[in-house]
Amino acid sequence: MRAPQGQATPSGAADTWRAVEQLMGMPVSVALRGRHAGSLQGRRTWQEAVAFLRTVDADYSPFRQDSWVTRVDRGEEVTAAPATLALDPAEVLGRAAAAKSATGGAFDVWRTGADGRRHFDPSGVVKGLAVQRAAVILQQLPDTDVCLNGGGDVSCWMARPHGAGAEEWRIGVEDPFSPSRLLAHIPVRRGAVATSGLAHRGAHVRDARTGLPPRHLAAVTVVADDLVDADVAATCALALDSDGPQWLRDRDLTALVVRRDGSAELIGARPS
Amino acid sequence: MKRILIWLVSTVAALVLLLNYRTSTMGPAALAHPGEYVAGTTGAGPGTGTATGSVIDTKYGPVQVEVTVEHGVIAGARVLKYPTGSSKDEEINSYALPILLNRTVGEDAVQPQVDMVSGATYTSEAYRDSLQSALDEAMR
Repeated sequence: MRAPQGQATPSGAADTWRAVEQLMGMPVSVALRGRHAGSLQGRRTWQEAVAFLRTVDADYSPFRQDSWVTRVDRGEEVTAAPATLALDPAEVLGRAAAAKSATGGAFDVWRTGADGRRHFDPSGVVKGLAVQRAAVILQQLPDTDVCLNGGGDVSCWMARPHGAGAEEWRIGVEDPFSPSRLLAHIPVRRGAVATSGLAHRGAHVRDARTGLPPRHLAAVTVVADDLVDADVAATCALALDSDGPQWLRDRDLTALVVRRDGSAELIGARPS
Repeated sequence: MKRILIWLVSTVAALVLLLNYRTSTMGPAALAHPGEYVAGTTGAGPGTGTATGSVIDTKYGPVQVEVTVEHGVIAGARVLKYPTGSSKDEEINSYALPILLNRTVGEDAVQPQVDMVSGATYTSEAYRDSLQSALDEAMR
């Protein structure tokens, strides 16, 4: 992927500035609207967000021999490392513990690998936290709307969400069976849309209790006010497979579930 | 058919309730087309009809939705009654509007214009063929 070359758009949303960068093993796309769309300060702040994500990648990559995650996985002494990390490991592990508890163990950062050994991989939490934090960096730009997409998980921000003439960010939900089609779209003022599914990477989500990939669900999209919550919930629901939709309902989450038979179901809050 | 409609009505009601900010601050009069958020199909045929849901009392107030189904897919939904004015539903509804299903028929169906695409985690190869990539490229 090339270096970001964002510029003012020629058509459509005329005041939107965009850039894309390969970070943490995924494309991260940004869109800015308003005062700092394409301004020097806007570009500098984007570079700041990019630098932050690179740092998180170095700390948390399971593919880097010297990362904190790799050292934890090897069982090394890592208690000294946390203070130097861009993302607080206590927050990462806390979020992971909450997700494990909420799913009865279906979501777990410790998983049994093909070698029969327990492996540490908190990327299901780290990715969302990192993108959310990078979005917050961009949200400091005054009078500027921010939309940040980290590998399909999107964080939306409007500087004045209820101002006159304010336009929502429009987030398309990809069809897991036909990635060039959109299954749905969601207007978002401030909030997050995260999708977990079988498209693109094959069966990268597995139920940590059984080690099995989902057999009934193809994709789960969750809308929430926080990207980590949305991301973890989407992953959890997918890992829980046939129990996923009820799990989402029980938590009053807003979601779109696509089954492997092609049927789609909207899930909202239960009327009380 | 009836069972499907009832399910749709309750689902749509919940979504509208949770996500429609305008219901709190602007009231019904400000919504020119309160329920028009589902892409539709045209023509009549089997599996076609309109159903009005009963008024559901929720913790945010009463909600009632009318759903139109054509050829077995949602063609439209109209909110007949929704909560007004409470600070609680304003707080909850501030982040997003309803999920809009693109249930259009046929490959040449018009795709709505979007700013970003949410999907399963992209690899570099998959990204090249994705709509998100097209969005990013269009701005170069």
